[in-house]
Amino acid sequence: MKGRLVALSIPGIVTPGVLWAAESAKKVVDPVENWNHLWNEVLIDLFIMGTVFSVLAIHWLIKYKATSPDQVGRGPKLTRAQSWAWAMVPAFIFMADDFFLAAKGWTVWNIYRNVPDNAYEIKVTGNMWYWQFEYPNGVTTTYSYDTKEGDGLMVPVGTPVVLRMTSNDVIHSFGLPAYRVKEDVMPGRVTYIWFNPLEEKQTWVTCVEFCGVLHSQMYAPVKAVPRAKFDEWLQKKKSTT
Amino acid sequence: MSTESHGFNLREWIFTTDHKRIGVLYLIGSIAAFSVAGIQALMIRIEQSSLGPTLVHDVATGGNQYNVWLYFHGAAMILGFLIPGLTGFAANYFLPLMIGAKDVAFPRVNAFSVWLFYAGIVMALLTFVVGDPPDVMWTGYPPYSVLTSGNTAFYVFTVHLLGFASILGAVNFLVTVIYMRAPGMGWNQLNMFVWSTVTAFVIQLVFVPVLASAVTMLLFDKYLGTHFFDPANGGDVLLYQNLFWFYSHPAVYVILLPALGILYEVVATSAKNMIFNYKAAVYGGMWGIVLISGEVWIHHLYIAGMPNWIRIGMMVSTLLISVPVGLLTISLFGTLFRGAITYTIQMKYAAACLFLFLIGGLTGIPLAMTVMTTHLSETSFVHAHFHYIMGIFSTFAVFAAVYYWFPKMTGKLAGEKLGNLGFWFNFIGVNVTFMPLFIIGVQGMPRRYWNYEMFPQFEPFHKVALLGAILVAIGMGMTILNWVISAISGEKSPANPWKSASLEWTDCANPPGPGNFTKDVVIKPEWTPYNYV
Ligand code: HEM
Ligand SMILES: [Cu+2]
Ligand SMILES: [Cu+2]
Repeated sequence: MKGRLVALSIPGIVTPGVLWAAESAKKVVDPVENWNHLWNEVLIDLFIMGTVFSVLAIHWLIKYKATSPDQVGRGPKLTRAQSWAWAMVPAFIFMADDFFLAAKGWTVWNIYRNVPDNAYEIKVTGNMWYWQFEYPNGVTTTYSYDTKEGDGLMVPVGTPVVLRMTSNDVIHSFGLPAYRVKEDVMPGRVTYIWFNPLEEKQTWVTCVEFCGVLHSQMYAPVKAVPRAKFDEWLQKKKSTT
Repeated sequence: MSTESHGFNLREWIFTTDHKRIGVLYLIGSIAAFSVAGIQALMIRIEQSSLGPTLVHDVATGGNQYNVWLYFHGAAMILGFLIPGLTGFAANYFLPLMIGAKDVAFPRVNAFSVWLFYAGIVMALLTFVVGDPPDVMWTGYPPYSVLTSGNTAFYVFTVHLLGFASILGAVNFLVTVIYMRAPGMGWNQLNMFVWSTVTAFVIQLVFVPVLASAVTMLLFDKYLGTHFFDPANGGDVLLYQNLFWFYSHPAVYVILLPALGILYEVVATSAKNMIFNYKAAVYGGMWGIVLISGEVWIHHLYIAGMPNWIRIGMMVSTLLISVPVGLLTISLFGTLFRGAITYTIQMKYAAACLFLFLIGGLTGIPLAMTVMTTHLSETSFVHAHFHYIMGIFSTFAVFAAVYYWFPKMTGKLAGEKLGNLGFWFNFIGVNVTFMPLFIIGVQGMPRRYWNYEMFPQFEPFHKVALLGAILVAIGMGMTILNWVISAISGEKSPANPWKSASLEWTDCANPPGPGNFTKDVVIKPEWTPYNYV
């Protein structure tokens, strides 16, 4: 009887979670916006759990302070049924929350892994210790922390950008906090990420997998510029090389 | 050989096979590792407190210095302090007392492990002596660790020595608990600390060999020309990371479980209360963790380009850790319910741990979600997460243990004044240090970066973190000083100063003599270590 109840309650808890997650993910397709949205929801989730436990703990820590040195605790002695209830009920609440978060996380994850068809492809190569970017017309750019010279990564505003990445030596990782995305860059493998530069701005890519002495100098500017300006820059680059 | 000798006799300590002395040796060694690694931590915080080079020479070579500090700090804190402090010191000294045993099953093997541990510490310390010290972080990922001019071999041998010591300890303690419990002591009468040690050692026994083989392959690749991890010659770049985390995620429980076990002892004794839902905590919580611990390691490779199905699958298994951890949390917090709490120093550390546990555990939840780590991974958010749960929570648990059992080990009471002052410095200090790292982590501050000139807006946060680190340094200094002073000239302790119902307090002297118990211990069916009514 108990087993059947338990079995029945799993889809009861999971299904609404999946439905809600699927519903709320339809509206927007920008990864950053989705990430931020999910982050806020997770924070609320954590805040509720954190508050419940800390309020209880603080309340008990104060309330049950011993009044005399000989006083002893009178904690409840649970019956068999109560012990099971105190194990199974919380277990199901935690599991419900887990599946709920997993469903939401998976939905946003699918946005991250499904590259839009119109994405603009740029090849990225990690080297000890600089990034190299190669555009479809063969132009390559880089950046030097030392001279602060080089174009870094230029991308057109309004077009999704997909990066196909590999490394010439050790493992690096392409971290782009402004676009809420990162993925390791490894020798012998090609990994990918995509992002959506929605407005004109300059941010930074930093190497985020430890790679040696200049690991924290392995950064480059990422400039999102209007499409026309981008095309003009790329043309000029092509003709000067 | 008598352990009750009068005066200090170095020979006796070196050749001792007494589990209590071995425990003390583990404590001294791990506190030494902790102190040196703590100085490295302070140097790291000083370096980051300003944008440009602060302690390091210059931009081009600064990494050479900084990376060695980071390497030593991480490796020594985890392998040299937390694991030996919890499973070496605490388990050695108190586990046999708690189960009514005269010693461990294999006392000489035990003596051998502690000296292996010291050899491991010496191996780690050679970092500061050799010309090309290891600079591979505590994770040691190839191909970097193979290509570097640093001596990765020291890292590998440190892991070998400490791993071997730990495997011997695991066999020893598991056999001890299975065969040497006092007559009549049933499985449901064991102390929570005993259960937590048993489960931690089961994990060590299963998983350490995997780590040992991973680092051995590293050694072969670097020095013997094999290509386990070299994709250009048919190797696999990610093989090492998979093996490493297959061990090292479970290893976080080797630290977490005994730390929780200690807190249970301190909380139950201080509140004079029974454990809330003992069986759910032991069989659901601790054994649940053992069961899940080996199925979640991909959460350390979320951004390593693994196939989608495994990144999503292990998101679910990782999130499900909340079930056993939740059961333990409810049981630990519930042990306060209707208790009669006395606020000793150890209880203050324990209360602080409840808070640290919440912060560290809850921040693990976004990190368990694959898509959240596309932004959070390798930032100071991760750094703050594992410092809360591992760095601070477990360290505070070790401190609670030292205070709680101080009268047992020394026969004296630890000083209250300096102890309390040290506690407040530590508790305020750790939060001032690590809260800012959460904030800038979410904004993209990369880990393992001494140079963050691309993000100058993070500088003030690093200054606050340094302030916190200074408070911690003062607090730690006071705490360790307090132990030394109290051990030498503390006030004599009553036989059972906390009025605990646990065997190590009710049936042993302070400190216990050879053989531990003056009378044979026989356990009655209704006895539990938490029976106060
Ligand atoms: C309870 C004790 C815990 C300990 C001792 C612990 C320890 C650690 C450590 C050491 C790391 C950093 C590894 C590295 O990158 O060098 C880490 C990262 C992580 N922790 Fe925890 N953790 C604990 C709890 C949790 C929980 C409860 C969860 C999830 C429910 C969790 C999820 C994670 C994840 C996913 C990462 C990897 C983040 C990344 O690199 O992207 N942890 N943890
Ligand atoms: Cu790097
Ligand atoms: Cu883990």
